[in-house]
Amino acid sequence: MHKPPKVTRRAVLAGTLGAAAVTLRGRRAAAQRASDAPSPYGRLPNELGTRASQEQPKRLPSPTSSRTPLQDLYGTITPADLHFERHHGGVAAIDPRAFRLLLHGMVERPTTFTLDDLKRFPAVSRICFLECSGNLVRTGGEKTTAQALCGLTSQSEWTGVRLATLLREVGASPQASWFLAEGQDAAQMTRSIPLREVLDEALIVYAQNGEAIRPEQGYPARLLLPGFEGNASVKWLRRIELADQPFMTREETSRYTDPLAEGTARQFSFVMDARSIITSPSYPQTVQPGWIEIRGLAWSGRGRIARVEVSTDRGTTWKAAELQAPVLPKAHTRFRLLWRWDGRPTEILSRAIDETGYVQPEWPALLSARGRRTRYHLNPITGWTIGSDGQVLFGIERVKA
Amino acid sequence: MKHPSGPTEAGHHVLAFVAVLAVVAIGVRAWAQTPERFGFGEPASREAIAPLDIDVRPDGTGLPAGQGSAREGEVVYAKHCAACHGAKGEGGPADPLVNAEPKGIPPFGPAYEQWRAGRTDVPFTIGNFWPYATTVFDYVRRAMPPAAPGSLTPNETYAVVAWLLAQNGIIGDDAVMNAETLPKVVMPARKMFVPDDRKGGRTVR
Repeated sequence: MHKPPKVTRRAVLAGTLGAAAVTLRGRRAAAQRASDAPSPYGRLPNELGTRASQEQPKRLPSPTSSRTPLQDLYGTITPADLHFERHHGGVAAIDPRAFRLLLHGMVERPTTFTLDDLKRFPAVSRICFLECSGNLVRTGGEKTTAQALCGLTSQSEWTGVRLATLLREVGASPQASWFLAEGQDAAQMTRSIPLREVLDEALIVYAQNGEAIRPEQGYPARLLLPGFEGNASVKWLRRIELADQPFMTREETSRYTDPLAEGTARQFSFVMDARSIITSPSYPQTVQPGWIEIRGLAWSGRGRIARVEVSTDRGTTWKAAELQAPVLPKAHTRFRLLWRWDGRPTEILSRAIDETGYVQPEWPALLSARGRRTRYHLNPITGWTIGSDGQVLFGIERVKA
Repeated sequence: MKHPSGPTEAGHHVLAFVAVLAVVAIGVRAWAQTPERFGFGEPASREAIAPLDIDVRPDGTGLPAGQGSAREGEVVYAKHCAACHGAKGEGGPADPLVNAEPKGIPPFGPAYEQWRAGRTDVPFTIGNFWPYATTVFDYVRRAMPPAAPGSLTPNETYAVVAWLLAQNGIIGDDAVMNAETLPKVVMPARKMFVPDDRKGGRTVR
């Protein structure tokens, strides 16, 4: 463990005299004093707040998705307007007054619910992450930000009605084992969901971070399956059909399945495995030698994060980071580790361990387990190199084929 | 631990018992307050469900009346699909749909790697990665063409699905696809898929 440097009176004196001797610094000090003046009487309260003009975090869009600026955020809740997007037919425009959710199939009483109906049922809230199963960009080179690398993960407090409550209302058959969730977007997005696996936690949500969910998050209502790959939480939800087998839609056969080394393909691979990312320092930051608090996010679709380990020496040794309480299941968890950088080039890495004992793998381990053409659920250990000039760059060697 | 001036051990037991009773009582009360049914929502009639119930299952459930062949589908494809998926289904702004080689093996795995030796990778297509022909019908009907999903008639949909299957070498140009024949088409990728075997713990899968 490093000791903090001792501050002597001589050092303070030398520092003060040195500053006074430099005209430029003197001028800056004068300017600072001017800015110490109280602000003129400010604007009056208004209807809608905005961000400080100097703080304008933005999503990073592509034709099919937009990414959350992970490196610009401090906590675990993603502001709703920065939540990542991934659509299959653009952002649907649904009139909340015309909204109907149909529950049918293996039920005693096929029923349609209006949005008001959904809101009359007992409500529950849940904080959890949503992550796209295709959340790794390995090809951006060393000038890759955390956002570009894995910004298809975000976290919200979601509020809605338990699916179990609705199933009881319509008299779900005990023989029903799967259900189809269908959206009202242009793709009429559909996934088959195994009923027993999700029954305790599945929600139909209409609120996100305390207000109505955003159009791009499925307004006015979506399915929410904590821990599952994002596309299964079907947005703009229109229909739920109960059955005794999966429906084999395109999104669970030719898409969102995982080719394996032996020539088979894994299907219904819903759960997001544990992962972590250092969000600071990260590209394009430049750091100075001395104390640096390494900060990041870790999460697991299988439960709570048990531990996050950080290496500041290219993976030779690992130290447990502090986890910010509360550590919630299937939720983004903040980790932090205080580190004194000696100014020598290195690489900093993080790896998440969840409560099942799963350890976030190295890229070569993932490749050898799944084969060269694996496409989804890629959660390798990633890191950032720091040059002697303090320049932080994405550690491309970690994820080279 | 002993507390000389505190409650006796027996007293502790009584307190614990009362606490348990209280918790049970609260639980029972909460249970009793949740009704069997709330009575919210409207019953959905068969007629109301039918136009929404568009999914097609592997056994053919949900397929509409009508039919079409690859020859008929060629025209439909050229008009509605070729601009994005390429004249022959080779891909363009949107995904490739056709790839007949290598025959009978998936585009990954040991057999594929042996076949590939030096060649560039083949894309994932209907011919090598779609396990059910019914899924092609379901997807075309629900989502294609993107500007007007659901605009193709059942006959046009059967025809364009037949054309896609024929281009991938799965059925002949004259084979007629309808609610009877489509579920019987055996896709090359039919046996490829396995359930998810990841379950947490130490093993990387």
